[in-house]
Amino acid sequence: MSFVEYSDFIQDGDVAILYLSHNNVMPVKVQQGAQTQTRYGVIRHSTDLIGQRYGSKVTCSKGWFHVLHPTPELWTVALPHRTQILYTTDIAFITMMLELKPGSIVCESGTGSGSLSHAILRTIAPTGHLHTVEFHQQRAEKVAEEFKEHRVDHLVTVRNQDVCKDGFGVTGVADAVFLDIPSPWDAVGHAKVAMKKHGGRLCSFSPCIEQVQKTCEALQDQGFEDISTTEVLLREHDVRTVSLPLPDFGPDPETTEEATPAAAPNHASITLKTTTLPREMPGHTGLG
Amino acid sequence: MADNGDDDNQYRIKEGDYVVLKRGEIFKAVQIQPRKKVIFEKQWIFLDNAVGQLYSTTFEILSGGNLKPHELKDSAGTDNRNIVDDGKSQKLTRDDIEALKEKGLKGQDIIKKLVDNHATFGDKTEYSQVKYIKKKKKKYENTVMILKPSCRILAMMYHGREPGKICHLRYDTLAQMLTLANIHAGSKVLVFETCAGLVLGSIMERMGGYGSVIQMYPGGGPVRAGVESFGFPAHFHDTLHEFPICHVNALLAGTLDTSAKDPTAGRARFVCFLQAQVKKLRLEEKQRRLAATAALLKGRNADGLVIASRFHPCPVLLGLLKFLSPSRPFVVYSQYIEPLVECFKKLRECGGTVNLRLTDTWMRHYQVLPDRTHPLLLMSGGGGYLLSGTTVATDHSKPAGSKQAEEPAPKRQKLEDTEG
Repeated sequence: MSFVEYSDFIQDGDVAILYLSHNNVMPVKVQQGAQTQTRYGVIRHSTDLIGQRYGSKVTCSKGWFHVLHPTPELWTVALPHRTQILYTTDIAFITMMLELKPGSIVCESGTGSGSLSHAILRTIAPTGHLHTVEFHQQRAEKVAEEFKEHRVDHLVTVRNQDVCKDGFGVTGVADAVFLDIPSPWDAVGHAKVAMKKHGGRLCSFSPCIEQVQKTCEALQDQGFEDISTTEVLLREHDVRTVSLPLPDFGPDPETTEEATPAAAPNHASITLKTTTLPREMPGHTGLG
Repeated sequence: MADNGDDDNQYRIKEGDYVVLKRGEIFKAVQIQPRKKVIFEKQWIFLDNAVGQLYSTTFEILSGGNLKPHELKDSAGTDNRNIVDDGKSQKLTRDDIEALKEKGLKGQDIIKKLVDNHATFGDKTEYSQVKYIKKKKKKYENTVMILKPSCRILAMMYHGREPGKICHLRYDTLAQMLTLANIHAGSKVLVFETCAGLVLGSIMERMGGYGSVIQMYPGGGPVRAGVESFGFPAHFHDTLHEFPICHVNALLAGTLDTSAKDPTAGRARFVCFLQAQVKKLRLEEKQRRLAATAALLKGRNADGLVIASRFHPCPVLLGLLKFLSPSRPFVVYSQYIEPLVECFKKLRECGGTVNLRLTDTWMRHYQVLPDRTHPLLLMSGGGGYLLSGTTVATDHSKPAGSKQAEEPAPKRQKLEDTEG
């Protein structure tokens, strides 16, 4: 198992994802002899996990669920938050707009909880590299630990410094730079230094319009072109079966003798599958 | 590893390269061929002078159609109360402007003349002046940028130029597909698409030449025109396979015969010997490829499935899901939501999948300028819909949806009056 390569069977030391139900996933560090408590009961790693196929069903005392192979998308919804994270919708858009692909060299700050980092690593593997900067020491250490557990540490360098003062720690190598910090305009100059001299792509993600304005100005001043600002919102449709009653206008006077009495049984209602939207939609994460 | 002279090559335009021409929001994919006339935005251009220049260079189009690298540059009343729109503010007529163009006057100079001959230009607010110049720039400046193709650029191009060819797949939706399907180097991905090869090419780009991509195709042969525009290195094509869906059932049943003889072989004597030999070799090669692809599929251990076509997605999905390993993602795109609702229903009934989601994305562009920041355009609904999920080991003992109904019971509408 690794976050950048699939495997078929669960092994000791893997990180697996327990899919308990829709919107309820839990990461678990697989260890010989260990046990994990879930809402459906206890699972014993040695018998329930190790040696089983990814995707198999695990039965506990109070129910059952499936174990899944980790992916950056599952990790994003399962990971322990240390900071506000980026979700898959924004991550997907950023990945395409930065033109990330195997071999890309990427600079990122702040690392935060590593949600985007894992997605980047998956996309740039096996020949790319991620230089990620996190100014909070404990978070930097925690995320470095996770990269190791997830078997992607060979693809990433974590630096504990302030990107606005000290930059990314590399010069002229990056194809893409990503900023998710409070004052991105202060890092634009450093981003330029880190980028390849032939050019590259930059993306800055900010929740507030004032931050976006300042950043765009800084980008323009520093000679960046083709600047655009976009917001992407996800709408999830709830598939439901609904039953709509039919009106009864009384017996139809135009029915002739030939029509059998059972020809028009009085259906009480029609059942159909449709989609509904949640009452409130998440309105905003940020602008990139 | 910093750049050195050798790395420079990959950033420079070469003869034979597939590139994308860009002016403003208009894109066009072309190939650099010597002395070949290319038409872009009603102008004829020769791309010869681009060879050797860096990608993303902006060129000026000289009269005659040749290119020259462009040097870049880029200056009021208080409000518009005294500005009267009587169409008489501009003193130069259409004919005057055409004459200037014929004289070979550069775009910048034409714009300067327009500004000079504009009676109320000085009365415009500064913002208004900037907007005016920007608008005229768009119309009269003869520049074109040459870009290295990428999924981002080609997806925007197809969406702007020929959305019908790609089932109206908007580029943010494509971005979601690539991520949700966990497309990455080294995996084995199944693709069924009728989007001119855009989806296929995007997947190949994200796989970087590692792993394998198997294109399942309907009809006579796989459509891949769009893949060419990506300009992939030759070895990428070694990872691309194809398989006709008319043989899927046979393959699943284990009855596919990949050593079938050519039914027209007997008629060879009526055709020239050389032609017959060439035909035989081609057919043998085709059979070989078919057998190789069948071998890739037979194991039913693909890592991902992406569907984006004009076909009804339900049977396509149900047919191809069988080729996936458990715990692998699949994504289905449809221009319309109803077919995906059907897919959702079928998948619930059959079991074998979790984390089903039916989504669409909205995209909003912003104009960001000092004191002039506001949303520009909202794109929603028209970008299509996605159904995504993950496969799990199929359980034949328990009926699907037993304990973990992920869907609430059918709702009954509340009646205000008593039923008649």
